[in-house]
Amino acid sequence: MKFIVNIEIMPNKELLDPQGKAVTLGLKNLGLNTVENVRIGKHISFEIEAENAEKAKDAAEIACKKLLANPIMESFIIQVD
Amino acid sequence: MKIGVVIFPGSNCDRDLIETLGDLTGTQVIELWHKDTDLKECTHIFLPGGFSYGDYLRSGAIAKLSPIMQSVIEHANKGGFVMGICNGFQILCESGLLPGALLHNNNLKFICKDVFLKPQNNSQLATKNLDSTKAYKIPIAHGEGRYYADDKTLSDLESNNQILFKYCSQEGNITEESNPNGALNNIAGICNKQGNVIGMMPHPERCATEHLLNIDGKAILQSIFA
Repeated sequence: MKFIVNIEIMPNKELLDPQGKAVTLGLKNLGLNTVENVRIGKHISFEIEAENAEKAKDAAEIACKKLLANPIMESFIIQVD
Repeated sequence: MKIGVVIFPGSNCDRDLIETLGDLTGTQVIELWHKDTDLKECTHIFLPGGFSYGDYLRSGAIAKLSPIMQSVIEHANKGGFVMGICNGFQILCESGLLPGALLHNNNLKFICKDVFLKPQNNSQLATKNLDSTKAYKIPIAHGEGRYYADDKTLSDLESNNQILFKYCSQEGNITEESNPNGALNNIAGICNKQGNVIGMMPHPERCATEHLLNIDGKAILQSIFA
């Protein structure tokens, strides 16, 4: 079966996210004065052939832990459809 | 002794390293291609600066999975010498040979300029012949050089003398103003616990000949082979 995997990768909370900080300023300049703490991550999606959703998720976990995310600086959430 | 420099797609400091290390040691430096697994009996492996695999995903993340890196990791785990400069440092952190990670510079800009480094000890290969009271002028050229590690890793690095260089002022003072990228505790270079794996963001190979009017980098590279 073919599954679609969507992965959200975000910088760890304790880390300074300078990109998010710069974008917060941009949004304030847009007049959205109440916006705070913008944080910017990545969205990765791929298709995968697997016996079932659980196996597709297992593969996605390996992909995240070994390549797509760096646990020192990032956390990830996997969604399989 | 046999020196090898690994070339990844996107490496751009490989020639500088090959020339500099060849001149410094009087040996023929071997080029090691990323798709190969044979280290050609090299005892000293260098990972150059550049933008391996376009810096896609995270700097060094894709390079760590290249065939040659599996041999480099094996070489390092057996106690063999490995040094990564700039992108090479990022690859070593991504591959787990060095602790921590290199994040985007805190000003989000690519920074290319001379900075000053203070050696933090005289007990490691790259620092043993250096003057620990001197500020060495070495260029940096990176967008992702902000060294980060968790508290536990940081305290291990400190207590094991694994911090090799910190960014400092021209006078040798380690200050916030002299930290170009927001690196934790001004850290510019580290080594592993055993001391055989070294990583640093600044480029000693770019200031190791008289022609470039600065030979501070030569002292660091010479220290390794002394």
